[in-house]
Amino acid sequence: MKARIIVTLKQGVLDPQGQAIEGALAALGFYGVGSVRQGKIIDIELSDRTDAEARLTAMCEKLLANTVIEDYRVEMVD
Amino acid sequence: MKSAVILFPGTNRERDMVAALKKVTDIEPVIVWHAETTLPGGLDLIVLPGGFSYGDYLRAGAISARSPIMRDVIRRAEAGVPVLGVCNGFQALCEAGLLPGVLMRNASLKFVCREVKLEIVNAETAFTHLYRPGQIIRCPVAHHDGNYFADKATLDRLEAENRVVFRYGQGTNPNGSQRDIAGIINAAGNVLGMMPHPEDLTDPLLGGIDGLALFESIATPAREKAA
Repeated sequence: MKARIIVTLKQGVLDPQGQAIEGALAALGFYGVGSVRQGKIIDIELSDRTDAEARLTAMCEKLLANTVIEDYRVEMVD
Repeated sequence: MKSAVILFPGTNRERDMVAALKKVTDIEPVIVWHAETTLPGGLDLIVLPGGFSYGDYLRAGAISARSPIMRDVIRRAEAGVPVLGVCNGFQALCEAGLLPGVLMRNASLKFVCREVKLEIVNAETAFTHLYRPGQIIRCPVAHHDGNYFADKATLDRLEAENRVVFRYGQGTNPNGSQRDIAGIINAAGNVLGMMPHPEDLTDPLLGGIDGLALFESIATPAREKAA
C-alpha cells in the first residue's frame, strides 16, 4: 500500500522560501497571489498494512516532521 | 580531559574541533563513528562538530540525530556528561530533543560565512565560566540553517532561566534568529548548542584566540578532578 505524508510549516512560522517563490511569481507577472508557503511531500510504500496509520503517525512524530515548526498529514493513496 | 568527537557522514569540522581540544588537554580526543552504539567510558566531554551530516536531507541534523551513537549520547547527557554541539552539532542536539527549538533556514536564504560579535550572556556555565558576563568576543559563523526558532513560551522560559548563553552582538545577527539567540544550554546545564565556531579562533595563527576560553572552561573541572 502507498501513503503520502504532507509536511507543512505551522501557521505563524516564517517561511522565507515561500516568500522568495511569491516574489518570483510576482516578477513573472502572475497577479492575485496572496501568499505562498512551501512544504514537503514524502511518499512511502508499505509492504505490510498492519497498523499502517499508527505506524505512519509514529514515523511523522519521530522523524518526518519536526513538530516544533511543522504540521503533518497522512493520506492513504491506495 | 577525555573527550569524544562524533563523526557523521558529511561532518567536516571534526579536525578543527580536535585541534582546539588538543590545546586544552593532553589526552588525544577520540573520534567516534556514528554507526557505533557505545561511546568510550569515563568521558569528560562529547562534541558534535559542524558540517553537513547527511547533506542536510529532510532537515539539518534530523537524520544524524537518529543515528545509532545518538542513543548513547542521549544516555550520557542525561547522566550529566557535558555535551557540546557546534553548528550542525547544535542542529542535531535540537533534533535529538536534548535542546529545545529548531534551527531553520537563514532568513536571508543565503549561506553566511563571516565573523560576528558574540555576547557572552551567561558566564556561569561549565562552558563559559572563564569569560566575563556581557563580554563581547569575535567568532566566525558558517551556516545555511542557523535561524533559531522556538515558540514564545519556550523563548521566555530560556531567558527567565538564563539559558541563552550567547547572543549575536547588536547588528550582527546573521540569520534572523529569534531574540538574537546564538547558543543555548539545557536546564541541567551540561548540554550546550551554538551556531558560531569557537574552535576556529583558538590560535593566533587563525586570527585570534577568542574561542579558546570556552575549551579552557570545559577542561578546568576535568583537570581539577584529575589532580
